[in-house]
Amino acid sequence: MQNIWTIAKKEYRSFFHSAIAYIIGVVVFLSLGIYFYIMLSYGLQYQSYVPEIENLMEWIVFPLFFISVPVLTMRTIADENRNGTLELILTAPVRDAELVIGKWLGTYLFFLTIVGISVIYPIVLNFMVSPGIDLQKLIAVYLGVCLITAAMTAIGVCISAICKNPIVSLIASLGVIIILWIISSPAQYMTGFFSTLCTYLSLYDHFENSFYLGTIDLTDTIYFLSFTVFPLFLGTRVIEARRWK
Amino acid sequence: MIDVTGLTKVYGVNNAVSDLTFNAKKGEILGFLGPNGAGKTTTMRILTGYIPPTSGTVTIGGFDVIEQSMEVRKLVGYLPESVPLYTDMRVNEYLQFMGSLHKVKNVKERVSTVLEQVGMTERAGSFICKLSKGMRQRVGLAQALIHEPEVLILDEPTVGLDPAQIIEVRKLIQEIGKEKTVLLSTHILSEAQQICNRVLIINRGKLVAEDSPENLQKNLFNSQKVFVKVSGDAKAALEIIKAIPEVNSSYLDDQGQIVFENLPENDMRPKVTKLLISSGFDLLDMHTDSVNLEEIFLQLTAKDEHTGFSQSSSNDAGDAKSTKISKEK
Repeated sequence: MQNIWTIAKKEYRSFFHSAIAYIIGVVVFLSLGIYFYIMLSYGLQYQSYVPEIENLMEWIVFPLFFISVPVLTMRTIADENRNGTLELILTAPVRDAELVIGKWLGTYLFFLTIVGISVIYPIVLNFMVSPGIDLQKLIAVYLGVCLITAAMTAIGVCISAICKNPIVSLIASLGVIIILWIISSPAQYMTGFFSTLCTYLSLYDHFENSFYLGTIDLTDTIYFLSFTVFPLFLGTRVIEARRWK
Repeated sequence: MIDVTGLTKVYGVNNAVSDLTFNAKKGEILGFLGPNGAGKTTTMRILTGYIPPTSGTVTIGGFDVIEQSMEVRKLVGYLPESVPLYTDMRVNEYLQFMGSLHKVKNVKERVSTVLEQVGMTERAGSFICKLSKGMRQRVGLAQALIHEPEVLILDEPTVGLDPAQIIEVRKLIQEIGKEKTVLLSTHILSEAQQICNRVLIINRGKLVAEDSPENLQKNLFNSQKVFVKVSGDAKAALEIIKAIPEVNSSYLDDQGQIVFENLPENDMRPKVTKLLISSGFDLLDMHTDSVNLEEIFLQLTAKDEHTGFSQSSSNDAGDAKSTKISKEK
């Protein structure tokens, strides 16, 4: 456990050692700010329109985190492997799983920081609309964002363990996340098992049709948690497998 | 401390290491010699638990490297060949990070101790990416020492260092080797000669020779080469030396030196000196060329490749006196 925390801390700090954390921060908050400004202006112009926070949060998930999660996770394990530091960590008393979970946690904490800072917007909005914003909805949306980010980060870390090259890892995890997002669309035209499967696998369905609408659903929560745990498990296995080559 | 029995590692169809057996005791510095691709790094990776062997057993401090990997890792400090470092971290941050992975108590104190040991105290706050190759090497060494390991495994620890640093690092290794077990690989043979108590020469994954550097020299080469320089007619002097029956061979080399060989137990130097001086020559220089590890190494590895002969000795670490040549199969 201590090792997970040590690795997570190091990982979290390493984002701030390079420009990447600041670039992502600037891009996310600048575009959120622009979006928020448009929302407010539109609301002021057309009194019938009430700006809602979930639109903003949806914008965080898609496209902002869709791109920045693979960008940050691509290097997590692929770089360790390429620089040989993997050899260093895995000959220290660190279990493979501790490394993978630590890497995931460090990256996830970075995104949670961004999500945390974004709370400013609902607070501002709360003052501007009457009778204030729907708190339950707000909590549900935020929980949904946290869960979907956890899953996406885990997928990114897992793919980074598979690919030795960070760029390959970036493209692969971007691809997987996009496919998992859109996979429910063709499901509408299918019947039977594949339809159920595609709908079940879809990140979109479990986010947009539940947390986004303000409901906290246990099935969806379990879906995201299992999409977090399974990639991390798989990533651990991949690192283990490398030894047996 | 280190016990390796029948270690074999197969990559696909290639045997990286085959049937390697050796051991190392506490307070011993073991040198691991071999040409590129001999299996040195593979063996070290197996010893540190990074990759498992195909067959054979390895125990360190009584713990099996596969079954009790975590215990082994606590005992071992390892510096990989490529000296992997997190270049975006500062030296002290990096060492603190590695120290906390090893659960070192009072990490900060320990970091300053190892930094002092490797002579990097004044660069503690520098980013690793700003350091020279030699300094990185020393940071890597500090990392291997951070948890005061009982066993130190160093893959080519002096590569990239300048001569002064090499001497310092060798001193440091010798210091550590007094109480701990050190296994180091190198292809600088003089280094092995200087600091190792025992040398293992491996080639194509097989143990070719194992002995103390002195014994290897003594047992493998049964002639002593002497170089003589005289003023005046070297050819005439050569004739005088040639006339001595105990001298096995003598000739003039391209620098005008007389070279002769005799059996080590039958040292002809006093006799040659007297004869030359009484014949009116001025003796300018006389020195023996003790056959160095380079030659032993080349001979052994070449032999192994061409005739299938191999050199092995008893595995008793304390009593490695005999070096015998045995024909394989």
